[in-house]
Amino acid sequence: MLKKRIIPVQLLLNGRLVKTVRFGEFRDVGDPVKSSSVYSAQRADELVFLNIDRERPSVEPLAAVIAGVSKVAFMPIAVGGGIRSFDDAAFLIKNGADKVVLNSIAYRDKDIITRISERFGAQAVVVSIDTRRSTGGGYVLKSACGTVTEDITLAGHIKACEAAGAGEFFVQSIDQDGTMAGFDIPLIKEACRSATVPVIGCGGSGDYNQLRDAFLETGVSALACGSLFNFSDSNPIRAKAFLSNYGLPFKVV
Amino acid sequence: MIGILDLGMGNLRSLSNAIEHNGFDVQVTETQTAFDDFTHLIIPGVGHFRAAMGAVFERQLRPPIQAFAASGRPVLGVCLGMQLLAAMGTEGGEMEGLGLVAGTVRKLELAPDLRIPHVGWNSLTKKKDHPVYEGLKQDRDFYFVHSFAMQCDDPADVLGETDYGGPVTAAVSHANVVGFQFHPEKSEASGLKLLENFCLWDGAC
Repeated sequence: MLKKRIIPVQLLLNGRLVKTVRFGEFRDVGDPVKSSSVYSAQRADELVFLNIDRERPSVEPLAAVIAGVSKVAFMPIAVGGGIRSFDDAAFLIKNGADKVVLNSIAYRDKDIITRISERFGAQAVVVSIDTRRSTGGGYVLKSACGTVTEDITLAGHIKACEAAGAGEFFVQSIDQDGTMAGFDIPLIKEACRSATVPVIGCGGSGDYNQLRDAFLETGVSALACGSLFNFSDSNPIRAKAFLSNYGLPFKVV
Repeated sequence: MIGILDLGMGNLRSLSNAIEHNGFDVQVTETQTAFDDFTHLIIPGVGHFRAAMGAVFERQLRPPIQAFAASGRPVLGVCLGMQLLAAMGTEGGEMEGLGLVAGTVRKLELAPDLRIPHVGWNSLTKKKDHPVYEGLKQDRDFYFVHSFAMQCDDPADVLGETDYGGPVTAAVSHANVVGFQFHPEKSEASGLKLLENFCLWDGAC
């Protein structure tokens, strides 16, 4: 039986880890290689790194971090933030990334999704979608670290990216980011309905009950957590021990 | 020395890191020139069967890989690398594989509620005893990412299965050749154990 996944999500700024609230209020939370070593010991299922530095146009500093992480964490590593070309993606994969995460470029250049997918497989292309709740109901899609509004629906964007070759979606609620107030369950449900490939939900993790609710109420394959593991005594082993009480399956290693 | 064949298909750094982590000397190569120095050969890869076999044919690697296997030294295929061991692939049209394990690689045929690719941690059910399984418990989880799987002509070549809407070939073995559909280098302690066992194996069953 395929297991559910719990994924620590790590934001990178100038080679350091940071945590945000609603995509602002940066706080330094440590060194990415050391934290990844700890997450490995705590039996995380996968690691997601998102580079939020937009000053430097090169992915080389990001690749250097990933090369270090891949020496200490023998689990899948997804990396994104600022990928502008097929060559950027190939360079990150060569340096230890298993999946690349595309966000802003996925709205404008479907060809890059197709090229990466054809070369490295659909599973290597994760499309990240940042959303805000709309005043009229539904969701507005945001690119460029939440600063630009895109004129396409969630379902429409998911379908177009899937058709281009995306193998997974990382759906994030900006409203919930860093609040520790729980996941946006209607958002995750809508994404799971629209996608035929796996969906990772992100944004708002604050305690294990919220993880349980999101797993039990939606078809989500994985949940990504930032604040929960950065700022509390929680860790993936304890999260899975708690969630196992509710019949949710997790890996045995 | 453990050799890793680079077909330009995906993340090889994690695999070489995992072999080094286990304390073995490792060399990544794009050509056959170093094959004589290798005690073991690993064929990794993620991506497209046709693209990968295209790279094998273009670099004229099929005969030297087959000669390596015929020498009795252990050969390991990982993920797409395991699929390449088969006689035939069907991704992007029928194409000949390395022919080291009798079987055909076909797209997973699943009920509509199951998502493809099959991505994530799933259990490995051992179907027979093998030196690479030394010390590995039954039904541990390994990390899978694939849309195609090998169907062996001879059930005796099935080394392990996983369950994704029915049995899916997760590992194969034939004489001194083994293949893992999952990524041992991405499967933490259990995966590192399998790689260590492979590197210690002399190829005899």
